[in-house]
Amino acid sequence: MSILRISDLSLRIGPVDILRDVNLSMNHGEIVAITGESGSGKSMTALSVMGLLPRGAVAEGQIMLDGVDILQTPEPDLCRMRGNAMGMVFQEPMTALNPVQTIGAQVAETILIHEDVTRAAAYARAAEMLERVGLKVAPSRYPHELSGGQRQRVVIAMAIALRPKLLIADEPTTALDVTTQARILDLLQGLVREFDMGMLLITHDLAVVADVADQIVVMQKGRVVEAGPTQDLLTNMQHPYTKALFESSSHQVQLPARAETAPLLMVDQVARDYPLPRKGLLGPRPNFRALHDISFQIGHGERVGLVGESGCGKSTLTRAILGLEDVQAGQIRLDGAPVFAGKRPNLAVRRKMQVVFQDPYSSFNPRHRVERLITEPFHLLDDPPMGLARDAAITKALQDVGLSRSDADKYIHEFSGGQRQRIAIARALIIEPELIIFDEAVSALDVSVRAQVLDLIADLCRKRPLAYLFISHDLSVVRNVTDRVMVMQAGRIVEQGETEDVFANPQHPYTQTLIAAVPQLPELSHATDPV
Amino acid sequence: MIRYALGRLTSLVISLFVASIVIFGVIEVIPGDPAAFMLGVNARPDTIAALRAEMGLDQSVVTRYFDWVTGLLRGDFGQSWTYKTPVAELINDRIWVSLPLAIYALILSTLIAFPAGIYAASRRGGPGDVTIMGATQLGVAIPNFWFAMILVLIFAINLRWFSAGGFPGWSDPLQAIKSLTLPAIALALPQAAILARVMRSSLLDMLGEDFIRTARAKGLSRRQALWRHAVRNALIPVLTIIGLQFSFLLAGGIIIEQVFFLPGLGRLIFQSISARDLIVVESVVMLLVFTVIIVNFAVDLAYAAVDPRLRAKT
Repeated sequence: MSILRISDLSLRIGPVDILRDVNLSMNHGEIVAITGESGSGKSMTALSVMGLLPRGAVAEGQIMLDGVDILQTPEPDLCRMRGNAMGMVFQEPMTALNPVQTIGAQVAETILIHEDVTRAAAYARAAEMLERVGLKVAPSRYPHELSGGQRQRVVIAMAIALRPKLLIADEPTTALDVTTQARILDLLQGLVREFDMGMLLITHDLAVVADVADQIVVMQKGRVVEAGPTQDLLTNMQHPYTKALFESSSHQVQLPARAETAPLLMVDQVARDYPLPRKGLLGPRPNFRALHDISFQIGHGERVGLVGESGCGKSTLTRAILGLEDVQAGQIRLDGAPVFAGKRPNLAVRRKMQVVFQDPYSSFNPRHRVERLITEPFHLLDDPPMGLARDAAITKALQDVGLSRSDADKYIHEFSGGQRQRIAIARALIIEPELIIFDEAVSALDVSVRAQVLDLIADLCRKRPLAYLFISHDLSVVRNVTDRVMVMQAGRIVEQGETEDVFANPQHPYTQTLIAAVPQLPELSHATDPV
Repeated sequence: MIRYALGRLTSLVISLFVASIVIFGVIEVIPGDPAAFMLGVNARPDTIAALRAEMGLDQSVVTRYFDWVTGLLRGDFGQSWTYKTPVAELINDRIWVSLPLAIYALILSTLIAFPAGIYAASRRGGPGDVTIMGATQLGVAIPNFWFAMILVLIFAINLRWFSAGGFPGWSDPLQAIKSLTLPAIALALPQAAILARVMRSSLLDMLGEDFIRTARAKGLSRRQALWRHAVRNALIPVLTIIGLQFSFLLAGGIIIEQVFFLPGLGRLIFQSISARDLIVVESVVMLLVFTVIIVNFAVDLAYAAVDPRLRAKT
């Protein structure tokens, strides 16, 4: 018997159509994944089921949960159903919990508002539930004392405390490290089976979908373009969008071969300490060593990857390489010159390095035109190009990344996420640096856009020798665009080598864990026609 | 938590020390010799010199600073040059007007602002919100002495419920509170308007947070989510404003004290400045600074009580 059935669901907010004729049904103990790119309406579908639509949203159609039509249910009854008949887990565990209440209290609240039990009983059940979701910390702890994965477990405990029939998980692992992701997905799958719930899993990650879902629903621009049991759908995709989506997820780029060259960046036995708060009122400040004895080289035109989980020291290393902070031991040299000069970056060296950041939305000043944004690195030059030369540089940088001269007069809000990341790359390229640091540069992008940006990077490598350090938590991307890879754990580089060697035959146990945790897309080449 | 409190306490002591130096320094550089001022324009130079010696003005700056500070620590604020009475006594008379007035006004302002801000936030964009925001706009714009005059006109002159001014002393507490009521309302209204606006915007920020959505997904109604999860989180900026307002209310009531003929600290300091009674000015200002710093310390402790994240930090 189906537990959830969505029929002809349409949703409008003002004049904008958000969802059109969405259909979906789910049985007990089944995991249905809704996938698609940003703006496809997958989260809105989830919120419709919870009855938590934003103000001004008008929904039509039917959402039957266990015989009750959510769209016809008045708000007070919906409140009784939320947390009780249906629970929801959200994407961002860092902000999903109230910072001023203990985790035990927040889980107990779910029980207290729905059932007539004593406080003590509710807290006891909350503690049990926290244990069931594999959390090994006391319920009296506050959210800020927990890691992202632990917080997500708390959110899950909250959602399932009353054993709902339906669990909705909206990108539950997107913000988590790959090993944590694997454990959370395991937990969710186990809970679905144990409680015989239905789970609606919203995710953009097709590998996750292929891994855990019983049924897949592919959405594009508010419509379901294809749906079906996972195996059927994977082996026999019909819709071109589905094919394109899977294609770009496993997109391979062709890097040009690299000629052996002289070293460009030399990082030699670098250590970096951060002072911690004093133990006593006047005692000495202890140090936290964020980087231990880091040594590696990047040659001219060499593409090197850096992978590791959050908190492993990737960002600290980036800042040290850029000469933004001094290091406590060792040396970092670019072309033989130190990157850090006294109290600030060594400008002579700094102009040879540029960086592309993760977030294409917040790394630009919204009040400047593209022309001004991409010429920012010119201030590093002693003799920046003026007049026609400057114009030519702008045109070339924009054309190199697939944009045109006319884009120079626009503001950043006029561009999509992928275009913004192209502009970020143009900004990095404009002074023709020797080395570019891509700091999670494609992590925030949709798969199809990501594939395009990766193609662009490979394309740039073909035009001129480009050395880069590609930092990412996404191992499959790193495998794709690098010659060599370094694996970082707790401030140490635990393994480095040729990318293919490391991935095919990882030596360090940590590397093995990381690679094993990455969800795999099934081989699709035999099943799909060329698009 | 104890470490946090000790840390705040250290900064309190440092603030007090710095404040004492600044106050003493500022008074030092104000032009006008108090002795010459007290004796009038026709005074002979040797009389002025004698008075200066009597007042201790002929001693070095450092000696005078230490005498002043050690005096303060012992509770000896010195002798007023114009009133010829110990400053401590003068302050003692006035503080029992100003302190209750400030606390009274603060309580009123909080009692008005919290419900108004919470109501406006929960009815965002609705008629209730628009009305309250319009009223606070007026409250912020109109000066408190104008409120004071209107209140006197209505409640003292027309209705005769309250007296138009003066303070009968605390021998009859009910009468005392009654006589402070109109001034407290006049002081509280503009403060309440500001506080309500802060409360509303702080709450609206919180209502947009992810944990509110989580709370709603648990089955809390909009109202429950607001009360159980948003209000406490919204208190941090509100507490900051309350702390600032208390300091303002304590010393800033000068005009209101004038309108209602209240013998408060504001009037004392005003009169002392006019009369170049620097020892009184110094002491009252130091006392006010002391109060402000103590209030800030209390606000810091309140932050920590509200937000567990602060307890963990030094």
